[in-house]
Amino acid sequence: MGTLTEEIFSRRIGRQVHAGEIVVAPVDYAMAHDVTGPLAIEAFRKLDVPLWDPERVIMVFDHILPANTVASAGLHKIVRDFADEYSVTHVFQEGICHQLMVEKGFIRPGGIVVGADSHSTTYGALGCFSAGFGSTDIAVTFATGKTWFRVPETIRINLRGALPPGIFPKDLALKVIRMLGAEGANYLAVEWGGEAVEAMSVDERLTLANLTVDFGGKAGLCEPDEHTRAYLGEAEVFDLHPIAPAYRSVIEVDAEKLEPQIACPPAIDNVQDLSAVEGTELDEVFVGSCANGRIEDLAIVAGYFKGKQVHPRTRTIVVPASKQIYMEALARGYIQTFMESGALVMNAGCGPCLGRQHGVLGPGERALSTSNRNYAGRMGSAQADIYLANPAVAAASALAGAIADPRLLPLPALPKRVWELVGGRN
Amino acid sequence: MARVFKFGDGISTDAIIPGRYNVTTDPSELGKACFIEARPDFANTVQSGDVIVGGRNFGCGSSREHAPMAIKAAGVHAVVARSFARIFYRNAINIGLPVIQCDAIYDAVGDGDPVSIDIRSGAIDVNGKMFQGEAPGPVAVAIMEAGTLIDLIKTRGWAAIEEVS
Repeated sequence: MGTLTEEIFSRRIGRQVHAGEIVVAPVDYAMAHDVTGPLAIEAFRKLDVPLWDPERVIMVFDHILPANTVASAGLHKIVRDFADEYSVTHVFQEGICHQLMVEKGFIRPGGIVVGADSHSTTYGALGCFSAGFGSTDIAVTFATGKTWFRVPETIRINLRGALPPGIFPKDLALKVIRMLGAEGANYLAVEWGGEAVEAMSVDERLTLANLTVDFGGKAGLCEPDEHTRAYLGEAEVFDLHPIAPAYRSVIEVDAEKLEPQIACPPAIDNVQDLSAVEGTELDEVFVGSCANGRIEDLAIVAGYFKGKQVHPRTRTIVVPASKQIYMEALARGYIQTFMESGALVMNAGCGPCLGRQHGVLGPGERALSTSNRNYAGRMGSAQADIYLANPAVAAASALAGAIADPRLLPLPALPKRVWELVGGRN
Repeated sequence: MARVFKFGDGISTDAIIPGRYNVTTDPSELGKACFIEARPDFANTVQSGDVIVGGRNFGCGSSREHAPMAIKAAGVHAVVARSFARIFYRNAINIGLPVIQCDAIYDAVGDGDPVSIDIRSGAIDVNGKMFQGEAPGPVAVAIMEAGTLIDLIKTRGWAAIEEVS
């Protein structure tokens, strides 16, 4: 009985659990990366106990990859030494942690997963309860396989109607953030539902779940369905639904009336319609991140770039979210299109999102990014401005050298949903 | 006398410790870079025992525990805010940085005001006026009494939390 969150916790703990309860629950996996991992490892060593399960601890090098300074190489060495010492099975340097958690099959509907990264909400797209934690919490999970939760109440968000051409899940997420504010779901779970979500591929749902933390959400869940099953390439039908749920609130958003939404500097909830900022000149466009660095996103951008040049004033940086996506983009010719158009293509990982590598912003510069954070100083100088948008807006803006409306350009030939094209999980 | 350092709404962990400065696990290095771009004089002027008063959604954004570590290492005794982002709040408690949610105090204080705080009760005395912050939850109390989450789990295991849940 209850919300998706209450259902997941009740099944896992073996009794009916209600929002507001504090529970100690076992988790499926605990993930940390090259920035949060070293602190988690230091805290874990203080506990002076064996690792809970070397096959259920995931370590990812993605935030600074390859290491770009002696200091970051030192962080990487802490992680590598730990992985060797404790025989950690899953150590990756082939993409963003959140994308890899999904691609590598660690995420299951009904699971509980914790990550030492705020965007660990991403896995909710597959009907898994997942939340971001700091390094000390993750260290305790490394030692015990458990963590404590206050089972959150849930905001239900119903996205009504079909997405019109040129409007993407990113716009829906930013619209919701515009409505609820940057802490609108603080301490709460979010359920994403309605016709627009039911029609979405898992890749598109990953964008919604990912951005849930950016308005404070502890978890962002979608009900697992046929799309989920096809994505996981499995025959199993997931019997996981909200049952007579008592929501804290229910919010309806009309997808059909939406304009492209832009999060303007310096806050995620400073959201405006595209028309309000159209023409703003840009020094950098970044396509990538755990919000929008997947194959569908690259397909959209390559579609607009085909046969064109990015504006000379605007350095354009493309970072596939994972090696698998990078290889697929190679096979489909997208990487060639990006190179021919004058964009820079970086190795799979977090790219310039967090201001440490691959396109740091200088004072007074302006960037438009498909990522999820636009705080002052996020991508470099605190005197730089960051706009967040969907991948089509990013593509049109890179071509124009200024924030531009992709709906004024000929609609490129967009491929079908990624799970059809990629053929499910490898 | 401890003094107030007042900040606005939506202070992100990127503002507390920008990504370019959290490439270390050394608390003293983090403390030196605390608010290095958002308020460059902070680390040099804050004194041991001073208090940060923030607005809404303090500590939003990245889960980096370097943020409360930097604040603590800079010498800050406690952070009082109108509201906290969930992960920051939990991280701060876990490492032994007291955090108190109090809405009413915000408009009544300014930079440099003298302040004293009773962490256990959440009572705050600023400019001779008393404010009552929200009491921490039972798990936070258990962690605070042990010192840090690591201390609590090391000495008592999950039973310490199961018995207050």
